[in-house]
Amino acid sequence: MGKINKDLEKATGKISRRTLLGGVIAAAVLPVQSLFADETQSETLGLTDVVDDPTKIVGPGPSPLGKRSSFEQPVRKPSDISSRTPLQDMHSTITPADLHFERHHAGIPAIDPSKHELLIHGLVDQPMKFTLADIKRFPSVTRTCFIECAGNFRTGKTEMTPQDILGLTSQSEWTGVMLSTIFREVGISNKAKWFLAEGSDAAVMTRTIPVAKAWDDAMIVYAQNGEAMRPEQGYPMRLLLPGFEGNMNIKWLRRIELSEEPYMTREETSKYTYPVKDKIRMFSFELDARSIITFPSYPQKVNKGWMEIRGIAWSGRGKVEKVEVSTDAGKTWQLANLQEPVLSKAHTYFRYLWEWNGNATEILSRVTDETGYLQPTLAQLVAARGVNLGGYHMNPITAWQIDIDGTVLFKPETIK
Amino acid sequence: MNKKTILLLACPILLLLMSLTTAFIPLQGGKPLTDSLKRPARFGFGRPATVREIAVWDIDVRPDGKGLPLGQGDVKKGKLLYALKCAACHGVDGTEKPGVKLLGGALVGDTLANSRPKTIGNYWPYATTLFDYVRRAMPYNFPGSLSNDEVYSITAYLLSANKIIKADVVLDAKNLYKVVMPAKKLFIMDDRKGGPEIK
Repeated sequence: MGKINKDLEKATGKISRRTLLGGVIAAAVLPVQSLFADETQSETLGLTDVVDDPTKIVGPGPSPLGKRSSFEQPVRKPSDISSRTPLQDMHSTITPADLHFERHHAGIPAIDPSKHELLIHGLVDQPMKFTLADIKRFPSVTRTCFIECAGNFRTGKTEMTPQDILGLTSQSEWTGVMLSTIFREVGISNKAKWFLAEGSDAAVMTRTIPVAKAWDDAMIVYAQNGEAMRPEQGYPMRLLLPGFEGNMNIKWLRRIELSEEPYMTREETSKYTYPVKDKIRMFSFELDARSIITFPSYPQKVNKGWMEIRGIAWSGRGKVEKVEVSTDAGKTWQLANLQEPVLSKAHTYFRYLWEWNGNATEILSRVTDETGYLQPTLAQLVAARGVNLGGYHMNPITAWQIDIDGTVLFKPETIK
Repeated sequence: MNKKTILLLACPILLLLMSLTTAFIPLQGGKPLTDSLKRPARFGFGRPATVREIAVWDIDVRPDGKGLPLGQGDVKKGKLLYALKCAACHGVDGTEKPGVKLLGGALVGDTLANSRPKTIGNYWPYATTLFDYVRRAMPYNFPGSLSNDEVYSITAYLLSANKIIKADVVLDAKNLYKVVMPAKKLFIMDDRKGGPEIK
């Protein structure tokens, strides 16, 4: 070890990197190479291998691309059709781009950004095509909001994490152009009440969206958390409809057609619709308010005494007004602190300080949004819609059971 | 003081005030920053799309039949195509069999409102959607590969297998949109609107 330290001093002090890489001493001192190793090598010789006392050894130097501490390994949870965000590993509301949930219907298309174009036609003054470069020339806007899949509720067993229950929601800081800016450029006919948005994936995904959303807050975005959007999020450009069900935020956007009538695409008729008593509800765009405690949650363990209950709350209809937490299985509710700034149609972090006396209990959260909507219980949803709920637009209050030994388990409720 | 005098007095004061105000507006490139709020009616970015470019991509079909292409198809041809291109994922006859998981889900079933699984027969509200979706996204392993005639034929077969049209119907742009789907009467537009009511 002494020799390595000596060589490290040399390497960082007197000898230039070029000389080192040139092989003057590198061949003789193998561990030093790891300082400048490529990514694959540093995966294996990661920071977990570090010595007992980090103040006695010079660490790795600068690198072209940063990565997480090897002690931290948050990962998405993929299935055949989607991949879920590890909400229990998040400390605030921005989802790192590589952990943003995924849902696509025929894989992720490989798109050359220099060849990608957006066509806007139908009830417009002048049908136009815009390259990605054209879209980037327009005045840009940055907005932080969540995107949530409309089919985002799993239940059925106690060993479920927030990721398992509702990991199909994530939040990013999106940058792009207001759709209204593009619509003004093209000129929209007064007769146009709807627009079809179409993706450039193998599903050629389509949804119909009311034109009013374009004049309100819809965007065409190309950047996520400050950098170019990820391929699984719609690279090089996607539609962003704050608060609307995820499926409508068409990724890999290639075409918009203005129309008097909705198109009744497969995704807005045979999918993303759900039974309400003896009818089937369609065109449910806004996601109603929802919250979940992400700490403590399964499979964490807690100790008797003080802890901070933490979680996220959001509404597709505007701002979170308040979040209440119950630590006695829903008998009484207390106000949680909301992390400022509270943004509209955005995940909002909440915290509630609690001293656990060690008795078995259940903890829950419920959100009220600025429209006065209070997050319902599963029983209330059943009462409103009937027992055949389907899987869409489910936002029930969810409870965690804390046992006397500190184990935390999800409390699955039965619908029927 | 008469009106004229007031105006005469006011003018120099206003001019002085205006000059003071202008002096306080921060300048950037010789222009007040407020100029950045001015927007042109058109930026002039992008280019007009050609008729051909639109035609190549404009494959959507509306419930009123707008967008249905030339061509036709029948149940018999559709049945053959189904066996060749669809059965691998949707089952030999499109129905769900106990204990067998269909990769692509069932397509044929009871047309009664609450029967399950959800199929074209009991859940799809518009026949035009079937044409639109098959043409744009099917078969899964070779999307967009079917001719318009083939899509008409597969649509005819699936509607016939679900007992929505008779086996001798030839589908085309003139009659497909007129097919009334059993589930259409079940669909209602979203009636949630925020506020205290749980819906």
